[in-house]
Amino acid sequence: MGHAESAALFVRDDARVHWHDQAVWWVRQKRDAGARSVPDWEALRERAEAIKAHTLSRLGDYLEEFERNATARGATVHWARDGEQHNRIVHRILADRGVKLVVKSKSMLTEECGLNPYLEARGIEIADTDLGERIVQLNHQPPSHIVMPAIHLKREEIGGLFHRTIGTPEGLTDPGALTEAARQHLRTKFLGARAGMTGVNFAVAETGGVVVVTNEGNADMGTSLPPLHIACMGIEKLIPRARDLGVFLRLLARSAVGQPISVYTSHFHGPRPGGELHLVLVDNGRSELLGQGAFRRALSCIRCGACLNTCPVFRRSGGYSYTWLIPGPIGSVLAPARDPVTHGSLPFASSLCGSCTDVCPVRIDLPHQLLRWRRELVARGQLPPGKRLAMRLASLVFRFPRLYALAGRLARWAMRATPGLARALSAGWTRQRELPVPPPESFRDLYRRTLGRP
Amino acid sequence: MAAREEILAAVRRAAPPVREHPGVGGLGVRFPDPAGTFAETVAAVGGTCLRVADLAAADRALRELPVYREARRIASLVPGVGAGTVDPAAVSDPHDLEGLDVSVLPGALGVAENGAVWLEAGAFPHRALYVIPEHLVLVLGAADVVSDMHQAYDRIAVGPGFGVFVSGPSKTADIEQALVIGAHGARSCTVLLTEA
Repeated sequence: MGHAESAALFVRDDARVHWHDQAVWWVRQKRDAGARSVPDWEALRERAEAIKAHTLSRLGDYLEEFERNATARGATVHWARDGEQHNRIVHRILADRGVKLVVKSKSMLTEECGLNPYLEARGIEIADTDLGERIVQLNHQPPSHIVMPAIHLKREEIGGLFHRTIGTPEGLTDPGALTEAARQHLRTKFLGARAGMTGVNFAVAETGGVVVVTNEGNADMGTSLPPLHIACMGIEKLIPRARDLGVFLRLLARSAVGQPISVYTSHFHGPRPGGELHLVLVDNGRSELLGQGAFRRALSCIRCGACLNTCPVFRRSGGYSYTWLIPGPIGSVLAPARDPVTHGSLPFASSLCGSCTDVCPVRIDLPHQLLRWRRELVARGQLPPGKRLAMRLASLVFRFPRLYALAGRLARWAMRATPGLARALSAGWTRQRELPVPPPESFRDLYRRTLGRP
Repeated sequence: MAAREEILAAVRRAAPPVREHPGVGGLGVRFPDPAGTFAETVAAVGGTCLRVADLAAADRALRELPVYREARRIASLVPGVGAGTVDPAAVSDPHDLEGLDVSVLPGALGVAENGAVWLEAGAFPHRALYVIPEHLVLVLGAADVVSDMHQAYDRIAVGPGFGVFVSGPSKTADIEQALVIGAHGARSCTVLLTEA
């Protein structure tokens, strides 16, 4: 099912659509306030974009520099071509040490690789510890948003879920009380786990360290109690130097939720005394995307979610309408690069209004990429037959001015004389709109009549 | 090693022409009174900042805090501030820190634009000391407050040890965007900012 079909199901519940729209728009407004509080915001965005472009142009060198420095600090660096290799590496590290329970903080990469089911099938319990991620894990769902995984659920639904799964009193719906229950529930996981896993927000080539940000402190709990820390990262997370962090950290939390910085910004360099730090570097399609000039800039994404929050289509269709686990504008350019057939509907899930690129902290040209993807998909013959026919007709009509004038006259006549037929012919367009009232004459006619020239 | 070589080769094959690093100069904000702005920002992110004359005054202010007065298990890594009932250096397993009520920790640097305090937590007896207690108290000199993150990274040493910026108490808004303080880490964060 493509985006349009899934979205059609989502919008059946009109009240929920408005609720979701408002919840997400609220976050966009907080982002605006955060951005406005920084006088050099635009200069920061330009700098962030340029640092990422520089890093991608020398990614091979920076990856090697990072590996060298991380190893010198005592970390073990692993390389994975794809999700399967990533999962095998992680499982091997855990299995060799007899780990039965691992706590994990937010990582879209491990979602991308399907790590949770892989480990569960091999008898290892993996507890997501970000509150939103724990909620969707208990609900057997993927995250519906990359920063707010449970933004699609109402407090009553979460209260019911917690009642069934972690034994909160029936009818408890207060967010404070539910969060407290999750804190106690997950504290037992933190204390019982023999390993902690995290994603990576930034990896610093110069120092061989990785930076992880959270508001809840779950990455910090998960890595400061058990002796084993496994951090998984896409190879695009590299930045050259520690001083570059100043640029990205000033942008990230403000763009995501309007905070001046996340509560915890942890800089890991090597393992704890007596512990182990494993870093898993994953390609999984990233090097291929790097070679696609028109779409390369999508690799600069720092996963703040601002383009989701501002997108009129995301806000009104929800994260699960997208066929890829990263929804919204950024997901809609990343997904077709992986599989243009499965994700062929996503570049069309946009009005091309351009708001996404305006809020993007690294200035990714999202609407241009979406448009470019449409062209690619047309060239691959992936348009549905009806749309292809319509485009061919339109192309014909636009090429011949006389035909265009005739078609206009016919259309105006048909809309007046046989509105039912006109509606049937434009069925897709009129699903949620009325046909406009046709003007009495065309602009050409008006021009000819008043100025007397053809 | 096959994956490593393949990835590096693929990345180099695909790399666009080299773009220069633009540097990080010319960015940032300069506050006329960084310590004053810092105190306001700590409050804005849900923490409390108390400005005190010196360490002795910090100790007095700490002892008046309700979270301290009600605490039974206290760890302090700041000599002269607070009376520790738990010696973290004598704890061999960080799991034994569970149930700690208050940690009093030295901050190395504060950032006015976001209320963050840099902790060189790799030097603590246990990293967990900043995240596992119910309440966190940070002691910081006003002279160690800078305006923004660019100045911060000019001053701090990133690596070889572990370091963390902490800005306010642990929080979440994952249930219907309702802000809740005290997700997994400390439920409160008090910064004692000493003038001398």
